[in-house]
Amino acid sequence: MTGAGRVNGLAIRRIVLEQSNRAHVGHIGSALSVADVLAALYGPVLRIPAPDDPERDRFILSKGHAALALFAALHLRGWLSREQLDTYCGDGTLLGVHPERELAGVDFSTGSLGLGLSFAAGAALGARLADSPRRAFVLLSDAECNEGSTWEAVMFAAHHRLSNLFALVDENRQQALGYTRDVLDLSPLEERWAAFGWDARTVDGHDADAIAAAIADAEHRSDRPHVLVCRTVFGKGVSFMEGMIKWHYSPLSPQEFADAMREIEAG
Amino acid sequence: MRRPFIAALAELARREPRVLLLTADLGFSVLETFAEEFGGRFFNVGVAEQNLVGVATGLAEAGFVPFTYTIASFASMRPYEFIRNGPVAHRLRVRVIGVGGGFDYGPAGFTHHALEDVGILRTDPGITVVAPADAAQAVAALRATWDLPRPVYYRLSKDGEDPLPGLDGRFELGRAQLVSDGTDIVMIAMGGAAFEAAAAVELLAARGVSCALAVVSSFNPPPAGDLAEIMARFPVALTVEHHFRAGGVGSLACEVVAERGIACRVVRCAVDGGPDAAVGSGGFLIARHGLDREALAGRAIAALGPARS
Repeated sequence: MTGAGRVNGLAIRRIVLEQSNRAHVGHIGSALSVADVLAALYGPVLRIPAPDDPERDRFILSKGHAALALFAALHLRGWLSREQLDTYCGDGTLLGVHPERELAGVDFSTGSLGLGLSFAAGAALGARLADSPRRAFVLLSDAECNEGSTWEAVMFAAHHRLSNLFALVDENRQQALGYTRDVLDLSPLEERWAAFGWDARTVDGHDADAIAAAIADAEHRSDRPHVLVCRTVFGKGVSFMEGMIKWHYSPLSPQEFADAMREIEAG
Repeated sequence: MRRPFIAALAELARREPRVLLLTADLGFSVLETFAEEFGGRFFNVGVAEQNLVGVATGLAEAGFVPFTYTIASFASMRPYEFIRNGPVAHRLRVRVIGVGGGFDYGPAGFTHHALEDVGILRTDPGITVVAPADAAQAVAALRATWDLPRPVYYRLSKDGEDPLPGLDGRFELGRAQLVSDGTDIVMIAMGGAAFEAAAAVELLAARGVSCALAVVSSFNPPPAGDLAEIMARFPVALTVEHHFRAGGVGSLACEVVAERGIACRVVRCAVDGGPDAAVGSGGFLIARHGLDREALAGRAIAALGPARS
């Protein structure tokens, strides 16, 4: 199997764990959280004939710290070799903790939170001005909605009815130092986006088929920009990571790696 | 300066469909004609400077050449991280227009005074910084730089459309312009500060001091070669800028002198001290900080030593 058909949540998780373990780097929980969202995007959703096709859909991983999951998806699509993947976090690589646009398949560099939705709004407006059918997708973290700049872009996109813009919010309900309800309560997230004029829905963020279906449905449902609040579990698939704050940063020990791999393979 | 610049931008937009103009809700009485002629290519994003630059980044990635417009202090500081991580990091054609460098918005107070914009932006070699002295040079700079394959910051004066005598609208990226020559001392002015410097040159002439005047209107690339050549001819160079002492043309002159081992003393005439709560006209504030013609002439004479005073 090649291309989009190879992209699935398990395959992404496998690469996330292997590469995190090899490079001894953290941000594992965030990458596992978005594995199924990326499986949907890089499976049936994104129209990308080639990474350098000017008419491709644009994708921005605004929560750049989940870059390893994106690299996994790019590898599974055949745009990133195993050799490149194995340079993750090495010296001189383009594959760092956050995505770098000089890497084929990455449209925008991110890392600092709160940038991506503005970039995506510009990409969507640019497509409209160019009379192009291409779309702009952006994946944000829920804590990224703490950033005021995110709401500047939310208002802009709604005002201009950028219906070719799709935001997906990884609602795993935790951030670097705590749970979102304790740090800066964001609830009810879907209603907040809807109140700002977006076509907003909530979906199971671990059901790639449901995510893809919701995007396909949204495209025809509304002339407003679309947001899918993806309800996810931080560290999904590894019981000792799920919902645990420490896995925002912690790398794996050899035993934890073995346990984690066994768990995801068992499903 | 801003009106002729926008008129030149409109002229450019007529033949270049990639040109767009975005404002963060400023430009009353300046942008209307552009907005009317290019309705579909003009966007008021609201009072949201970060999104202004973020949207421009997305547009530039799609091949457009978006110009963003707001007051210089807002243009350079609130969205600085967006400028850095957007068009600079991605090497995109975003053009950030900052109107009212220095004290142009004098009565509006400290929040509206742009006194560190050049210093902040020129730190990063990935963005070209342009600070024209007069309207003709601003238009020439626009024509020379609008399609550079990296971002550009234009520090424009708010008002004033008189030409600086001797400049004749010259602009060349990475070059300084010698406006008038002299034999005793040289003033090196950044952007619109050249007008008071030119007046000071006249006062000095009346007092028997021959002072040359050079204009620095571009940074990144800096006109290091020209500055070295000019300063090597004089014992003292007075740098003149409506900007804090660090980071602007005075700092650039010191860098050139130090790095090239030139025997020229640099006297930096710039804005000193911390935040100043006093407001008033641009002229008042320039004088308050010792940047008016009389003060500049006095500093030149003092710098030349007792034989001249």
